Amino acid sequence: MTQKGVTLNTNSHKIKFARSFIRTLLKMRKNAPSSSSIEEIRKRSQRIKIAAYSSIAHAVGSRRAWSRAILFKLRNRARHHGMMRRRSMKKRVVKNDPPGDQSKANKLRQLVPGGKAMDMCSLLEETAHYIRCLSTQVKVMQTIADHFSK
Amino acid sequence: MSSRRSRSRQSGVSRNITDDQITDLVAKLQQLIPEIRNRSSDKVSASKVLQETCNYIRSLHREVDDLSDRLSNLLATTDSDSAQAAIIRSLLM
Repeated sequence: MTQKGVTLNTNSHKIKFARSFIRTLLKMRKNAPSSSSIEEIRKRSQRIKIAAYSSIAHAVGSRRAWSRAILFKLRNRARHHGMMRRRSMKKRVVKNDPPGDQSKANKLRQLVPGGKAMDMCSLLEETAHYIRCLSTQVKVMQTIADHFSK
Repeated sequence: MSSRRSRSRQSGVSRNITDDQITDLVAKLQQLIPEIRNRSSDKVSASKVLQETCNYIRSLHREVDDLSDRLSNLLATTDSDSAQAAIIRSLLM
Protein backbone atom coordinates (compact mmCIF):
# COMPACT_ATOMS: atom_id res chain seq x y z
CA MET A 1 0.00 0.00 0.00
CA THR A 2 1.58 3.24 -1.07
CA GLN A 3 1.27 6.52 0.74
CA LYS A 4 0.80 9.56 -1.51
CA GLY A 5 2.08 7.53 -4.48
CA VAL A 6 5.58 7.21 -3.06
CA THR A 7 6.92 3.68 -2.92
CA LEU A 8 9.83 2.87 -0.72
CA ASN A 9 12.70 1.63 -2.82
CA THR A 10 15.33 0.80 -0.25
CA ASN A 11 17.63 -0.77 -2.75
CA SER A 12 18.13 2.37 -4.80
CA HIS A 13 18.63 4.38 -1.60
CA LYS A 14 21.17 1.79 -0.49
CA ILE A 15 23.15 1.98 -3.71
CA LYS A 16 23.12 5.79 -3.83
CA PHE A 17 24.15 5.96 -0.20
CA ALA A 18 26.95 3.43 -0.64
CA ARG A 19 28.38 5.19 -3.71
CA SER A 20 28.39 8.63 -2.17
CA PHE A 21 29.63 7.47 1.24
CA ILE A 22 32.47 5.32 -0.13
CA ARG A 23 33.54 8.14 -2.42
CA THR A 24 33.82 10.43 0.60
CA LEU A 25 35.74 7.84 2.60
CA LEU A 26 38.27 7.32 -0.19
CA LYS A 27 38.72 11.07 -0.54
CA MET A 28 39.39 11.28 3.19
CA ARG A 29 41.94 8.51 2.96
CA LYS A 30 43.74 10.23 0.13
CA ASN A 31 44.07 13.41 2.18
CA ALA A 32 45.00 11.57 5.35
CA PRO A 33 48.49 12.15 6.73
CA SER A 34 50.63 9.08 7.17
CA SER A 35 50.72 9.42 10.94
CA SER A 36 47.34 9.73 12.56
CA SER A 37 47.18 10.93 16.12
CA ILE A 38 44.29 10.04 18.39
CA GLU A 39 42.99 13.58 18.02
CA GLU A 40 43.02 13.35 14.23
CA ILE A 41 41.29 9.99 14.31
CA ARG A 42 38.60 11.42 16.57
CA LYS A 43 38.09 14.45 14.30
CA ARG A 44 37.89 12.22 11.26
CA SER A 45 35.36 9.98 13.01
CA GLN A 46 33.16 13.04 13.45
CA ARG A 47 33.53 13.89 9.76
CA ILE A 48 32.72 10.30 8.79
CA LYS A 49 29.56 10.44 10.87
CA ILE A 50 28.47 13.67 9.20
CA ALA A 51 29.29 12.16 5.80
CA ALA A 52 27.11 9.15 6.59
CA TYR A 53 24.06 11.23 7.48
CA SER A 54 24.71 13.55 4.58
CA SER A 55 24.98 10.64 2.13
CA ILE A 56 21.75 9.01 3.24
CA ALA A 57 19.93 12.36 3.15
CA HIS A 58 21.21 13.00 -0.37
CA ALA A 59 20.22 9.49 -1.44
CA VAL A 60 16.65 10.07 -0.28
CA GLY A 61 16.68 13.64 -1.56
CA SER A 62 13.86 16.06 -0.93
CA ARG A 63 11.22 13.36 -1.00
CA ARG A 64 10.98 13.14 2.76
CA ALA A 65 10.70 15.79 5.46
CA TRP A 66 13.43 14.17 7.59
CA SER A 67 15.95 14.13 4.73
CA ARG A 68 15.07 17.72 3.84
CA ALA A 69 15.68 18.67 7.47
CA ILE A 70 19.17 17.10 7.42
CA LEU A 71 20.06 18.74 4.10
CA PHE A 72 18.79 22.09 5.35
CA LYS A 73 20.84 21.80 8.54
CA LEU A 74 23.97 20.86 6.58
CA ARG A 75 23.58 23.80 4.20
CA ASN A 76 23.04 26.19 7.08
CA ARG A 77 26.07 24.84 8.88
CA ALA A 78 28.23 25.32 5.80
CA ARG A 79 26.88 28.78 5.18
CA HIS A 80 27.07 30.08 8.73
CA HIS A 81 30.22 28.33 9.76
CA GLY A 82 31.51 30.13 12.84
CA MET A 83 28.73 32.72 12.81
CA MET A 84 25.65 33.01 14.96
CA ARG A 85 22.69 31.19 13.46
CA ARG A 86 19.75 33.39 12.53
CA ARG A 87 16.48 32.77 14.31
CA SER A 88 14.10 31.01 11.99
CA MET A 89 10.44 31.94 11.72
CA LYS A 90 8.60 29.09 13.35
CA LYS A 91 5.17 28.21 12.05
CA ARG A 92 2.50 27.22 14.52
CA VAL A 93 1.88 23.54 14.10
CA VAL A 94 -1.01 21.62 15.57
CA LYS A 95 0.64 18.54 16.97
CA ASN A 96 -2.32 16.24 17.73
CA ASP A 97 -0.29 14.06 20.08
CA PRO A 98 -2.16 11.13 21.61
CA PRO A 99 -3.37 12.08 25.10
CA GLY A 100 -0.97 11.18 27.89
CA ASP A 101 1.83 10.44 25.43
CA GLN A 102 3.09 13.97 24.96
CA SER A 103 6.44 13.45 26.58
CA LYS A 104 7.09 10.30 24.54
CA ALA A 105 5.99 12.02 21.35
CA ASN A 106 8.31 14.91 22.20
CA LYS A 107 11.23 12.53 22.72
CA LEU A 108 10.51 11.06 19.29
CA ARG A 109 10.36 14.55 17.78
CA GLN A 110 13.84 15.21 19.12
CA LEU A 111 15.21 12.02 17.57
CA VAL A 112 13.74 12.35 14.09
CA PRO A 113 15.23 15.18 11.99
CA GLY A 114 12.65 17.90 11.51
CA GLY A 115 10.32 16.19 13.95
CA LYS A 116 9.63 19.31 15.98
CA ALA A 117 7.61 20.86 13.16
CA MET A 118 5.54 17.79 12.32
CA ASP A 119 2.03 16.87 13.33
CA MET A 120 1.55 13.41 14.81
CA CYS A 121 0.58 11.68 11.56
CA SER A 122 3.56 13.01 9.65
CA LEU A 123 5.83 12.26 12.57
CA LEU A 124 4.82 8.59 12.57
CA GLU A 125 5.17 8.28 8.79
CA GLU A 126 8.51 10.01 8.73
CA THR A 127 9.75 7.91 11.65
CA ALA A 128 8.97 4.68 9.81
CA HIS A 129 10.87 5.81 6.71
CA TYR A 130 13.71 7.22 8.79
CA ILE A 131 14.15 3.94 10.67
CA ARG A 132 14.27 1.93 7.43
CA CYS A 133 16.90 4.24 5.94
CA LEU A 134 18.94 4.35 9.16
CA SER A 135 19.04 0.54 9.18
CA THR A 136 20.26 0.56 5.59
CA GLN A 137 22.92 3.11 6.51
CA VAL A 138 24.11 0.99 9.43
CA LYS A 139 24.21 -2.20 7.35
CA VAL A 140 26.28 -0.59 4.61
CA MET A 141 28.69 0.95 7.12
CA GLN A 142 29.09 -2.45 8.77
CA THR A 143 29.83 -4.11 5.43
CA ILE A 144 32.45 -1.49 4.61
CA ALA A 145 34.08 -1.78 8.02
CA ASP A 146 34.17 -5.58 7.75
CA HIS A 147 35.86 -5.37 4.37
CA PHE A 148 38.47 -2.90 5.56
CA SER A 149 39.13 -5.16 8.53
CA LYS A 150 40.21 -8.11 6.43
CA MET B 1 -1.10 15.44 34.60
CA SER B 2 -3.46 14.34 31.89
CA SER B 3 -4.12 17.19 29.53
CA ARG B 4 -6.63 16.22 26.92
CA ARG B 5 -5.77 19.09 24.65
CA SER B 6 -5.50 17.12 21.45
CA ARG B 7 -9.03 15.74 21.37
CA SER B 8 -10.83 19.00 22.11
CA ARG B 9 -8.73 21.26 19.93
CA GLN B 10 -10.47 21.66 16.60
CA SER B 11 -9.82 25.31 15.83
CA GLY B 12 -8.25 26.10 12.47
CA VAL B 13 -7.21 22.52 11.71
CA SER B 14 -7.62 21.91 8.01
CA ARG B 15 -6.62 18.26 8.31
CA ASN B 16 -8.83 16.23 10.60
CA ILE B 17 -6.60 13.47 11.95
CA THR B 18 -8.63 10.55 13.21
CA ASP B 19 -7.59 8.26 16.01
CA ASP B 20 -7.83 5.38 13.55
CA GLN B 21 -5.21 6.93 11.32
CA ILE B 22 -2.85 7.24 14.23
CA THR B 23 -3.53 3.70 15.39
CA ASP B 24 -2.81 2.50 11.87
CA LEU B 25 0.50 4.31 11.70
CA VAL B 26 1.49 3.10 15.14
CA ALA B 27 0.80 -0.47 14.02
CA LYS B 28 2.99 0.02 10.96
CA LEU B 29 5.76 1.38 13.18
CA GLN B 30 5.36 -1.61 15.46
CA GLN B 31 6.38 -3.91 12.61
CA LEU B 32 9.68 -2.12 12.19
CA ILE B 33 10.91 -2.35 15.75
CA PRO B 34 12.76 -5.64 16.31
CA GLU B 35 12.14 -5.55 20.07
CA ILE B 36 8.39 -5.65 19.68
CA ARG B 37 8.24 -7.72 16.51
CA ASN B 38 10.17 -10.61 18.00
CA ARG B 39 8.59 -10.60 21.43
CA SER B 40 4.82 -10.51 21.01
CA SER B 41 2.37 -10.83 18.20
CA ASP B 42 -0.36 -9.34 20.37
CA LYS B 43 -1.30 -5.72 20.31
CA VAL B 44 1.11 -3.44 22.07
CA SER B 45 0.05 -0.12 23.52
CA ALA B 46 0.84 3.00 21.52
CA SER B 47 2.81 4.29 24.44
CA LYS B 48 5.03 1.21 24.41
CA VAL B 49 5.54 1.48 20.66
CA LEU B 50 6.63 5.11 20.98
CA GLN B 51 8.97 4.21 23.81
CA GLU B 52 10.56 1.31 21.93
CA THR B 53 10.80 3.42 18.78
CA CYS B 54 12.79 6.04 20.67
CA ASN B 55 15.05 3.36 22.13
CA TYR B 56 15.57 1.78 18.74
CA ILE B 57 16.46 5.08 17.04
CA ARG B 58 18.88 5.87 19.84
CA SER B 59 20.56 2.49 19.45
CA LEU B 60 20.87 3.04 15.69
CA HIS B 61 22.47 6.45 16.30
CA ARG B 62 24.91 4.79 18.71
CA GLU B 63 25.77 2.17 16.10
CA VAL B 64 26.51 4.92 13.58
CA ASP B 65 28.81 6.56 16.12
CA ASP B 66 30.65 3.30 16.82
CA LEU B 67 30.97 2.46 13.14
CA SER B 68 32.31 5.96 12.40
CA ASP B 69 34.96 5.46 15.07
CA ARG B 70 35.80 2.06 13.65
CA LEU B 71 36.01 3.35 10.09
CA SER B 72 38.18 6.25 11.15
CA ASN B 73 40.63 3.87 12.77
CA LEU B 74 40.57 1.55 9.77
CA LEU B 75 41.20 4.38 7.32
CA ALA B 76 44.39 5.15 9.17
CA THR B 77 45.73 1.63 8.84
CA THR B 78 44.54 0.23 5.55
CA ASP B 79 45.89 1.27 2.19
CA SER B 80 44.84 -1.51 -0.15
CA ASP B 81 43.11 -0.31 -3.28
CA SER B 82 41.73 -3.67 -4.27
CA ALA B 83 39.45 -3.61 -1.23
CA GLN B 84 37.43 -0.80 -2.77
CA ALA B 85 36.38 -2.77 -5.81
CA ALA B 86 35.43 -5.73 -3.63
CA ILE B 87 33.31 -3.58 -1.31
CA ILE B 88 31.45 -1.83 -4.08
CA ARG B 89 30.83 -5.07 -5.88
CA SER B 90 29.41 -6.81 -2.83
CA LEU B 91 27.21 -3.86 -1.95
CA LEU B 92 25.77 -3.37 -5.38
CA MET B 93 25.03 -7.01 -6.19
